[in-house]
Amino acid sequence: MDILNAIVLLLNYIFVPALSYGSQLALGAIFVSLIYGILRFAYFTAGDLMSFGTMFTILFTWYFQSLGINLGILPTALLGIPFAIIITISYTLVTDKLVFSYYRRKKSPPVMLAMVSIGTMFVTQAIVRIIIGPFDRRFFDGEKFILKANEFKEMTGLNEGLTIKSTQVITLLVTIIVVSILFWFLNKTKTGKSMRAYSDNEDLALLSGIDPKKVVMITWIIAAILATIGGALYGLDKSFKPFTYFNNMLPIFAAAIVGGIGNPFGAFLGGYVIAFSEILVTYAYRKFFIYVLPESLEPDSLLQLLSTDYKFAVSFSILVVVLLFRPSGIFKGKVL
Amino acid sequence: MRQNLDVIFAYVIMLGLIILVGVFQSWSIALSILCFCLISAVMTMGANIQWGYAGLINFGIMGYTALGGLAAVLVSVPPVREAWQVGGLNMILSVILIALMVFSIRFIIKKYKKSNNKKYVIAAVIIVGLILLRLISGPAIESIEAVNPATTGFLGGMGLPILFSWIVGAFFAGALAYVIGKIALGLRADYLAIATLLISEIVIAVIKHEDWLSRGVKNVIGLKRPVPYEIDLQAKEWFINLVAKFNQNTLSLITDVSEKEQMLKQLVIEGSTVFVKLCFVGLFTIVVVVLLIITQKALYSPWGRMMRAIRDNEEAANAMGKNVVQQHLLIFVLGSAIVGIAGAMMVTYDGLFTPGSYRPMRYTFLIWVMVIVGGSGNNFGAVLGGFAVWFLWIEAAPIALFLINFFTSGLEETNALRIHLIDSIPYFRFLMMGVGLLLIMRYRPKGILPEKIKNI
Repeated sequence: MDILNAIVLLLNYIFVPALSYGSQLALGAIFVSLIYGILRFAYFTAGDLMSFGTMFTILFTWYFQSLGINLGILPTALLGIPFAIIITISYTLVTDKLVFSYYRRKKSPPVMLAMVSIGTMFVTQAIVRIIIGPFDRRFFDGEKFILKANEFKEMTGLNEGLTIKSTQVITLLVTIIVVSILFWFLNKTKTGKSMRAYSDNEDLALLSGIDPKKVVMITWIIAAILATIGGALYGLDKSFKPFTYFNNMLPIFAAAIVGGIGNPFGAFLGGYVIAFSEILVTYAYRKFFIYVLPESLEPDSLLQLLSTDYKFAVSFSILVVVLLFRPSGIFKGKVL
Repeated sequence: MRQNLDVIFAYVIMLGLIILVGVFQSWSIALSILCFCLISAVMTMGANIQWGYAGLINFGIMGYTALGGLAAVLVSVPPVREAWQVGGLNMILSVILIALMVFSIRFIIKKYKKSNNKKYVIAAVIIVGLILLRLISGPAIESIEAVNPATTGFLGGMGLPILFSWIVGAFFAGALAYVIGKIALGLRADYLAIATLLISEIVIAVIKHEDWLSRGVKNVIGLKRPVPYEIDLQAKEWFINLVAKFNQNTLSLITDVSEKEQMLKQLVIEGSTVFVKLCFVGLFTIVVVVLLIITQKALYSPWGRMMRAIRDNEEAANAMGKNVVQQHLLIFVLGSAIVGIAGAMMVTYDGLFTPGSYRPMRYTFLIWVMVIVGGSGNNFGAVLGGFAVWFLWIEAAPIALFLINFFTSGLEETNALRIHLIDSIPYFRFLMMGVGLLLIMRYRPKGILPEKIKNI
């Protein structure tokens, strides 16, 4: 019984939150990785593009709410996401046309493009803050919990409760659907294959008649879709605040690099690596060991490896370790 | 002289703008803008050395700035004796332990190059070391933080004049840069950018949460100043006379004695803030000028030429027998040390250290906008970039207000759009920075004052 309690404890405080946080990071990391692989620069606007998409999701949610449309137990935001995606796609395509395409034509070094993406980062941030303001916003509606701690306790008779928020399940389901479609697209369709070819060797790809404009356009479209979905899921699960989204750029980059930048599948797993390590290292294991160990050995300290203040620092330290020992990432991205 | 005309012209415009602020807003505002312009100029010079001379991207500027600020605290705050008594010994032991760990790991790496068990031994050393560290420092930290938590709760500093911290800050930042450089300098350019950005976040996290060292988010306030305090100045005879002399014309117009005294008092209060800021401007100008002279000399020395060679073609420079890795590390450390000076200067000016206020937007990306806008590789350009961008950053709000009023003048006062726009004025500065950066990168990629290379 104690063992079961211990397992439920870990599930409740580590596994479930890390899984949903990891999915949100993974969606971001995939598009950062994709842009890095195909457009060949570090896209510093990542976090702010997510907040841009989320902002429009929120605006559409408000609009639908004002019309009285809702999805019952599901959050209305799910209805807003497709519309927000369309706007985000047009935004990325417009910025590409106005800003990035010029440097691609001139074959500027990647550093230059990264710098330019800092310019778009400032602009995107300004747009988001001017339109919706810098404040914390919650836009979740519908049924909040799928499984409440009390219900779980009654069901199983255990001491520990297991809470599953509906946003966590939605996050997981949406991530699975989106990511499987994406990998199907990249691996099975002709366009996806041409994108991978372009990422592996640009010159060869151009020689074999791949249209670079199309590849670039599709990359931006995928980036906008993933950014909006990832951002909206994060916002549903926690809350929307432009500053937090900007900060999320950092773990997203960490995930993309840990997974091997330029390798979308690696980035996907990298998101989970970062999320799990952040939560595993900063969790206080005292209660867990109270359940597992015999009474005489009960620990008296918190048994926390690092205080939760260092949550971000953990993921960055992992990044540093990975950079030191496997610069191409755990799952072999581009060799740099 | 003629070839430097654009430099002189640009600086005259910049100074003119600041004087305009002084005339139309107030001299106090103009001088504080000027102070931060000078601090920004020091930061940009640091970043410019790395980017302009050597082509290294350092997105960790925030981390070095914060370390410089920490240096200001550690140098100027008087030591908290009680805290040292309860936990000082253990903290010193912990430092020795960390040093031991580092040296033993280095020793293992050097001594057993080929052994496969190396990894496990190193891991064991780290784990045992961390557990020991926890055991030694844990209780000490707790007891240190329990000493008077409302006012101290940390070890305090050395109680020296705060000006020393400008040098100490440089050493702190340089030491950190050495470690980061050792880890990350082998990476490709944009990787280095991300790595330094993330490492600077780690530095901030440590400063924010290690309360025994820096008081963390409880902030350290009331740092000593290298210049007189306003309140002391207002009581000084010579200062009052000075103010009276400066304002002779205005004062002589007033005939009533008590009114005259009232006026003089008002003028003295205003004058004292201006005087204090002028002192700061003087100090900062000395730093900027000294750094400018040194960096200019370095740029045109054989060493500077070598750096440019390395930047423009690493392989060729390597083939000529230049040690690229070592030079990169050197310039990384030097540039970061300069940023550290700026960090200490900023905390000195503010008189308080607030770890919570260090954010990458303000301290890393804005500095990079300055470098790019000013002109990478050109020290005068970097300084000008610091001035121009900071000026715009501060004056963006009035400019935005003016523009909004101008473009929405057709709308009514109560129009929702107009009110919303006026409410979000503070965020227009981001828009201006972004658009400015994009325009400069597109149409003048070398910056306002491009790099000039003298042919010898």
